[in-house]
This record gives sequence, C-alpha cells and structure tokens, in this order.
Amino acid sequence: MRRYTLYAVAVAAVVALFGLWLTAPWRGAGPRDATATLQAPSIGGPFTLTATDGSTVTDQSYRGKIMLVYFGYTTCPDACPTTLNSIASALAELGPLADRIQPLFITIDPQRDTRAVLADYVKAFDSRIVGLTGRPEQIAAAAKAYGVYYAPYKTADAPDGYLMDHTSVVFVMNEEHRFVATFTQDTPPAQMADRLRRLIAKTS
Amino acid sequence: MLRSIFLAALLTVAGVATTAAQAPTVNVEHAWARATPGGAKSAALYMTLVNKGADDRLVSVSTPVAGKAEVHSTTTENGVMRMRPVEALDVKAGTSTTLKPGGYHVMLTDLKAPLVAGQSFAVTLTFENAGKIDVTATVEKLGAAAPGAMPGMKM
Repeated sequence: MRRYTLYAVAVAAVVALFGLWLTAPWRGAGPRDATATLQAPSIGGPFTLTATDGSTVTDQSYRGKIMLVYFGYTTCPDACPTTLNSIASALAELGPLADRIQPLFITIDPQRDTRAVLADYVKAFDSRIVGLTGRPEQIAAAAKAYGVYYAPYKTADAPDGYLMDHTSVVFVMNEEHRFVATFTQDTPPAQMADRLRRLIAKTS
Repeated sequence: MLRSIFLAALLTVAGVATTAAQAPTVNVEHAWARATPGGAKSAALYMTLVNKGADDRLVSVSTPVAGKAEVHSTTTENGVMRMRPVEALDVKAGTSTTLKPGGYHVMLTDLKAPLVAGQSFAVTLTFENAGKIDVTATVEKLGAAAPGAMPGMKM
C-alpha cells in the first residue's frame, strides 16, 4: 500500500514537471523556433566536386562567400536558362557587391555535361557562375545534402532519348554556408538582388 | 451606273469572302527564343496564341534552325521541375494561350547553329483547323529578365 502511494507521488511529480516544462518561458516562441533550429541545418552540407578546369573543389573552397547553389543540366531548354538568366541579372544589379557571392551550377547530367560543355554553358550567362560536375556518386551526395531530386525521363523525342526531372530551386547559403532562403525561376532578379543585399548588410 | 454599282458590290463581297478565307483564325504574337549558350543543342521557343476562331489545337511545329520542334509542358511541384512532351496544345475559342518560361514551350532540339541575339528565324505552326501559319521568331539576348520586359525592371 505504501509502495503504491510512493509510485503515485512519483508519477504526479513527473506529470507536474512535464507541465512546468511545457509552459516554461525559456521554451520561446514554440514551433517557429523549432523550425528554425531543426530544418535550417538540414539543407546544405559538405560536397566534393570537379570544376570545369579540372580542379577538385569542396564547399570549403567558397568559405566566406554567400553561395547560390543550383542543380540543373545544359540540355534543359526552359527552367535552367531562365534561372541562370535571373541569377546573372541579379549579379549585374548588385554591382561590386556581387564579389561576395559565389553562384554554383551543379550538373545532374554528368554524362552529357562534360567539363568543356559546362564551361561554355555557364560563361554565356555570367563568367562568375561556376559550373561543377563530378563522379555520379559525388553529384548524388551533393544533391542529397541539398535535398535535391533528379531522375532521367525517357522519351524518344528528347536529345539522346531523355530529359531530366530535377529540383529547380536556388539555395541561398550565407557566408557560413547556412541555408537562408530559396529562389525559384519565378523570382524576379530585382527581388533576388534585394534579398542578397539584405543578407550582405547583415553579415558585413 | 447601276451595273457599275452592282459590279462594285460584287467585288466587295468577293473581297470580303477572300479576306475571310485567308485571315488566320489564330494570331501568333511575340514569338521569341532566348539566345543559346555555347554548346547548347536545345532551346525553347515561346509565343502567344490568340484564337479568334473556333476551338483549335496546335498539332506540330517546324523550323529550319532545329532538327526537331516539340511542344512541351513544364510543371513544377514541390520545387521539382518536370518537362513532358505534349501531343497537341489546345487553344480554345476566344482565348489567348501564352507559351512562356515555366509553362508551355516549344522545345527545339538538334539546333543547326547557336541562336544569336538580334537574329530571327522562320517557324511554321500547324493547327488542326487554322492550318499552317508561318511566323518569324526573334532571338532575345541572354540576361533578358522576362519576355518583353526590360532587364532589371522591377516586376
């Protein structure tokens, strides 16, 4: 009997403590904070890839720079050129501030996008955009870090018989390479430039 | 006098009839493509189709600058972009359909030469009812923020 009372007190104490914890002011704003701390670090991470000049690059190669990370492929006629165009326009609008930014175009179609093809492609938009390729497993690892999906879609009408389905999102990573925002192909360049200007003002 | 009026009326009627037969029921406006980056073998062609006639369908596209021209749709779901060939593009009576970045486009593949800004090229569109319509597409420079918009213009 006494033992049961002891149990009851213990259970009551645990319940009470849990209640206190739930209502505790140090828990902050609740779900919003939880999102910020739980989700933000899940986008981005280390990668090892090859630049168009053949050199090996990692995320650390761009340390201290804001990264714009975009995955695509050069045979893509619509989404990729539209997005890269917008990035190029935003860089132009930023003027010298663009030096703080490193845009990366990572191919998800290394079979067709050789270093030469990739180099020609990115420089047509802006010479500051770096084209990256790599071994299939390196690209897969980079894509996984950014939560990027890609898969071939076979169709006889496409060049070489396939198109690529892929996540078409620009990931904005701050100078510490923490995820801060996304742009899409619908984001007007002026809006991209504004967002980047604010990010630069915050970190300088 | 009466005869000449009759003749004039006849000619007018004939003229109207001829115009009606020749005027395309689908107007193709602002056909454009973006200049292609070096080495690119494909491009997208955009335009607005204004249908002033009955329901119609765009069934094929051809151009001497590309080996193939196919209508594609682009859809984006949860950030994932998918392009799919479209067998025929419906253009309903009295509507205007715009092929634009992120939506429908004509995918040009096996480009014979790079598309250079400022140049233009011929395109033939074949509609189920309106038949063949020849248009000229202009090549806009890379960095053009949006169709017809000035680069850097706020939207």
